[in-house]
Amino acid sequence: MSQIFPRSANAIARFSLVGVLLFGGLVTSIIGMAFRSDYVTGANANIEQPVQFSHLHHAGGMGIDCRYCHTSVEQAASANIPPTKTCMNCHTQIWAQSPYLEPVRASFKTGESLVWTRVHDLPDFVYFNHSIHVKKGMGCETCHGRIDQMPGIQQKSSLQMEWCLNCHRNPEQYVRPHEAVFTMGYVPEGNQLEIGRKLVQEYKIQSLTTCSTCHR
Amino acid sequence: MLDHAKEAVPGARYLAPGHNFGSISDKIAGIITGRTPFSWFVGFLIGFSILQLLLVALTYLVFKGTGIWGVNNPVGWGFAIINFVWWIGIGHAGTLISAILMLFRQHWRTSINRAAEAMTVFAVACAAIFPIFHTGRPWLAAYWLFPYPNSMALWPNFRSPLIWDVFAVSTYATVSIVFWYIGLIPDLATMRDRAKSPITQRLYGMFALGWRGSAIHWQRYETASLMLAGLSTPLVLSVHTVVSFDFAVSVIPGWHATIFPPYFVAGAIYAGFAMVLTLMIPMRAIYGLHDFITERHIDNMAKVTLATGLIVFYGYCMEAFFGWYSANQFEQFMITNRMTGPYAGYYWALITCNGVIPQLLWSRKIRTSVVPLFAVCMVVNVGMWLERFVIVITSLHRDFLPGSWGMYYPTVWDWSTFIGTMGLFLTLFYLFIRVLPMISIFEIRTLTPAAHAKGDAHHG
Repeated sequence: MSQIFPRSANAIARFSLVGVLLFGGLVTSIIGMAFRSDYVTGANANIEQPVQFSHLHHAGGMGIDCRYCHTSVEQAASANIPPTKTCMNCHTQIWAQSPYLEPVRASFKTGESLVWTRVHDLPDFVYFNHSIHVKKGMGCETCHGRIDQMPGIQQKSSLQMEWCLNCHRNPEQYVRPHEAVFTMGYVPEGNQLEIGRKLVQEYKIQSLTTCSTCHR
Repeated sequence: MLDHAKEAVPGARYLAPGHNFGSISDKIAGIITGRTPFSWFVGFLIGFSILQLLLVALTYLVFKGTGIWGVNNPVGWGFAIINFVWWIGIGHAGTLISAILMLFRQHWRTSINRAAEAMTVFAVACAAIFPIFHTGRPWLAAYWLFPYPNSMALWPNFRSPLIWDVFAVSTYATVSIVFWYIGLIPDLATMRDRAKSPITQRLYGMFALGWRGSAIHWQRYETASLMLAGLSTPLVLSVHTVVSFDFAVSVIPGWHATIFPPYFVAGAIYAGFAMVLTLMIPMRAIYGLHDFITERHIDNMAKVTLATGLIVFYGYCMEAFFGWYSANQFEQFMITNRMTGPYAGYYWALITCNGVIPQLLWSRKIRTSVVPLFAVCMVVNVGMWLERFVIVITSLHRDFLPGSWGMYYPTVWDWSTFIGTMGLFLTLFYLFIRVLPMISIFEIRTLTPAAHAKGDAHHG
C-alpha cells in the first residue's frame, strides 16, 4: 500500500497551525477595527444638505457666535437647528437674489421647513443633553471639532459609547473654563490636567457613568 | 481455567469471550465500512424531517418574536428553559461515563463511552439553542453575552448565573468535543487503515492527524485523557450546578433552595443514564453489539440510574420537607400548590415517573431484560422533563403576590421547538453512527486476553 499523504503534507500541516493563528489574528483585528471605523461610526463623511451651509464662512469668516443660530444650546437638551427665519434675518438683504439660496427663500415663502440632514445622529435610546455639558464647561469643539473650519459639516467624533464614557470617567481631560466654551481653537493656559482637576471641583462635575445618565 | 484467565484480564467480564484484536476491529469498523442498514435511512430521514420543524420554528421565532411562545408574565421562563435544562442534563451522563468512570478505572465504560460522549456533544448542541433563542433579541445574545472589548465599553455582568451559563455551557461543549475527539484519534487511524476508497482514506487520515500508535503516542494519549477526565469531572459537576444556580440564586419560593446544585447534578446523571440506555438498547439490537455491550453493562447502567434516581427522589422529599419546615407561608404554599394546585397532575406524574416506577430497577430481572428496562428509561426521560417543568412553571405561576398569579399554556411553537431539537439530536446521532466508530475500538481491544498476555499484576 502506498503512502496516503505525500511528503508535502508535512509542510501543509505545520503551516496550517500558523495559519490558524494568522487567520484568528486577522479576523479579530478586522472586527476590532471595523467596529470603530469611520464606515461604521459615520465620522468624517461628507453629507449632502439641501443648502450647502458653510460654517467656515459664517462662524470662521464672519465670527458669528455659535449661540446666534443654535440658541437653545445653553438651556435645552437639544441644540436647535436655526429656523429659516434666522437665515432670512440677513439673507433678505445679503445675497438676496443668489440662486444658491433659493431653497431658503422658498422655505420662507411657503412655510415649508428646510429638511436638513442630521450629521450627529445618536440612536433614540440615548438621551443626550446639550445644556448640561455647556454649563459644566465642555467646549463645542471637544465633541464637534473645529466647526469654524468646516465648509460643509462633518461628524468628527465616533459618538460611540466608549467615546462618551472616556470623558465621563475622566472629565478633567477635556473640561475648559466657562468663558471658553464657545471659543474655537482654545488652548489651555498651562497643564490641562491641572486646570481640569480644578475646574471639575469648581463646577462640581460628577463622574456620571450609571445607565440612567443617558439611557433613560 | 477459563474463569481464571478471565479474572487475570481486568475488565474481561465486560467482553464476550472469543474475541481478539482483529475480530473487534472487524465488527466495529465493519459497521461503517459495510452496507448501510435500511433502518439507518429510516431513522435518519425521521430525524432530518423533525429537524426541519426546528428550523421553521426558529425562523418564525426570529421574525415574529418570543411572543409566539406561551411565555408571559408571571411565567417568563417556559419550555425554552425546561428544555435547556433537560438537554444539558442528558449530556451529563456522557461525561460521567467517559470521565468519572475513567477516574474510577471502571472497565465497563469502554464500550459505552464513545456513544455516550457523542450523546453529550449532541445534547449540548440542542441545549445551546435555547439560551440563545429564548432571548428576545437573539442576534445580540449571540455575542453580547461574551466579554470582548467593544466600542460601548460594556462587559457582561458576572454576577448573573445566566452569564455563568454561557461560560459553563461553552466550556462544557468545547471540553466535551476535545475529549471526544482525542478519544477518536486512535480509532480514526484504524478507520484510515481500513478505508477502501482514497477519499475516505484521506478524510479519516486527516482527522487521525498521523496517529501511528507508537509507544510514546500511547503514553501521551493516556496522560492526556486522564488529565481531561480529571478536568471534566469537576466540569460536569459545576456545569449543572451553574444551571441550577439560574434558579437557586433567585428569591422565588421553589427556586431559592440550597439543595439544588447536588440535586440537579444527580438529576442530570439520572436523566443522562436513562437516555444512554434509551439509545444503547436499540443500537445494540440493530447493530448486533451484544458482545461489547453485554448484559453487565446494561445492568450497571441501570444501577447508576437507580442510584441517582434515589438521590433525585430524596431531593423531592427534601423540597417538600423544607417547604413545611421553613415555617414560611410562601414556601409552604409552594409545596401545597405543587401537590394540589392547577399543575398537581404534573407533580404527581413526576413523582410517579421519577420516584415510583424506577424503583423497579431494584429487581435484577428488570435491569437485565431490555424491554422493561427500556420502558423504565423512557419513563425517566419523561419524568426528568416533568421535573424541570414543575420547578420552572409551578414556582413562577404562583409566587409572592396573588395579584400576579397566572398560568402557562405552551403553544404549538413551544412544542415545535422542543420536538425540533429532538430532530437535531437524531440527525447528528445518526450521522455519528454512520461515519464514526460508535464503540471505542482500541479501548475494547484492551479488554481482550491478548492485551494482557504477560499478565500484569500491577493493573486493575
